[in-house]
Amino acid sequence: MDAVTILCPTGHLGFTPFEKGSFLAGCEHKPDVIVADSGSCDIGPYPLGADSQASPPAWQKHDLEAMLLAARRLGVPMIVGSASDTGTDRGVEQFAAMIRDIASEHGLASFRLATIKSEQTPQFLLERLAAGMPIKGLDGRADADEVLLARTDRIVAVMDAEPIAAALREGAEVVIAGRASDCALFAAPLLNAGLSPATAYFAGKLMECASFCCEPFMGKESILGRIAEDDIRITPLHPRQRCTPASLAGHAMYERRNPFYEHVLSGTLDMRNCRYEAVDERTARASGAVFIPAAQPMVKLEGAGKVGERRLAVVGIRDPYVIENIEAAIAWARARLSERFGAPDQAGWAVHYHLFGRNGVMSELEPSPPAHPHELGIVVETVCRDAATAEEICALAARNLFYARLPEVKGTAGTAALMADEILIGKPGYEWTLNHVMPVRDAFELFRTEFHLVDGRARRAA
Amino acid sequence: MLCNRTSLRDLASTIRSKNAGVDHITFDLIFKDRTAFERVRDSGVISPESISALYHIPRERITDFVVFEPANAIKFTIRRSRPSGSPGESDVFGSQHYAPLFEVEVP
Repeated sequence: MDAVTILCPTGHLGFTPFEKGSFLAGCEHKPDVIVADSGSCDIGPYPLGADSQASPPAWQKHDLEAMLLAARRLGVPMIVGSASDTGTDRGVEQFAAMIRDIASEHGLASFRLATIKSEQTPQFLLERLAAGMPIKGLDGRADADEVLLARTDRIVAVMDAEPIAAALREGAEVVIAGRASDCALFAAPLLNAGLSPATAYFAGKLMECASFCCEPFMGKESILGRIAEDDIRITPLHPRQRCTPASLAGHAMYERRNPFYEHVLSGTLDMRNCRYEAVDERTARASGAVFIPAAQPMVKLEGAGKVGERRLAVVGIRDPYVIENIEAAIAWARARLSERFGAPDQAGWAVHYHLFGRNGVMSELEPSPPAHPHELGIVVETVCRDAATAEEICALAARNLFYARLPEVKGTAGTAALMADEILIGKPGYEWTLNHVMPVRDAFELFRTEFHLVDGRARRAA
Repeated sequence: MLCNRTSLRDLASTIRSKNAGVDHITFDLIFKDRTAFERVRDSGVISPESISALYHIPRERITDFVVFEPANAIKFTIRRSRPSGSPGESDVFGSQHYAPLFEVEVP
């Protein structure tokens, strides 16, 4: 059997527009399939919780348009997963609409689009819990209970390759998937080609971030994978990048707790004995992965819930005496806030003073905060259920630094510089409530596939 | 160069930190070559105990520590004090937590 070739232009579709030069160079190789992931948890809990997107629609459309035009011209499938950053139903519908719009703008001949939705409702999970089904916490989290689910606004389940592979087998030419394991998007066509899950998921793991597995460091450039059984070869398409055993192995450990295991719904990829070798100057080869099917399939659930409304203020401090005593100044400010608004825990508010110039980046993990920075930039972040109160608390939390009561202060006209005497409206604060797994009957149980005929010519004529 | 002390900054080609899921930050130290990698690995300056001391965190918050030979790399993972992007968090991607590793001295 010939190797299956996969073209991947970006590790996060739409996050910034991908580079067309290397993508079009990749199309010259006539790949068998074009694949890109569009989602990430790295962007924080807000986009999922608020069912919003982190990427501008124009950039999403730029990437989808380049992929769709190439895929239809070459007559090969195109697969996009974790649509619109989060993979909620909104994201799937938004990308499907963009696909239709692009098709009609370019008068594309008809093709079959499959959408695979993965959003779950808190109510559904409550019913599972009530039926005695555990929802187990990952990474040291407690198992989910009713209280946690009540704090959760939006949930996605993470699919593996099976629903995508099934859609392709049923004739889908474009697949827009909800939340999916990044590697699953690549694994799906490889499984259909008869490759083992070990090779299929390992190839996906290596390719999912596009040019990040090559050197020197460049984002948003395309790579080409040639995949045969236990023989995965990656070549960059930017002329100044190379894929080396070191760059490929280095990427295998990227963004993961442990470089040896990757968990998907149907099992675990064991990469402990993987080998990375040079094929030529610009191509590296990987082999040796093992796939261990799960005795009980477990689906990962991601959920986010709203904590409260957020307000921000920016305050600067230049007086060395105030800087030296900033902890005392903040303690005094907090005491005044509690007097007026009640204890934070009981009254449901929180103030975070981010001290840039001291430990604003790393907070309590900062090993060496300077005792005498030249100046301090303080971002005052306030969270409260109710927006008006969040604003009031933020104003007082910032102005109390202006009126800091310190015994030997000489600057009696103001102990802080207010960048502007202004309270900034932040997006609401959310938190990741669910990072859990739940048993499922099989890889299809929670995912909903629909087929649509897209006819760009008919839509255009209409 | 008059300075004869060697630190990780001199021996590593990549020192980075990044989210590993929503509850962890993972750190990658990738060395320029096998010699540099073995020198650091065998010196023991990077260990769960030394990381715990460097970042002032209890040993239990270091959830993974791996010597990854195919990449000439050492990797460890720290549990966050709260999930990424929660109010009060200051590094949503966990991408600026590696800096203290630069000055770790290697014998």
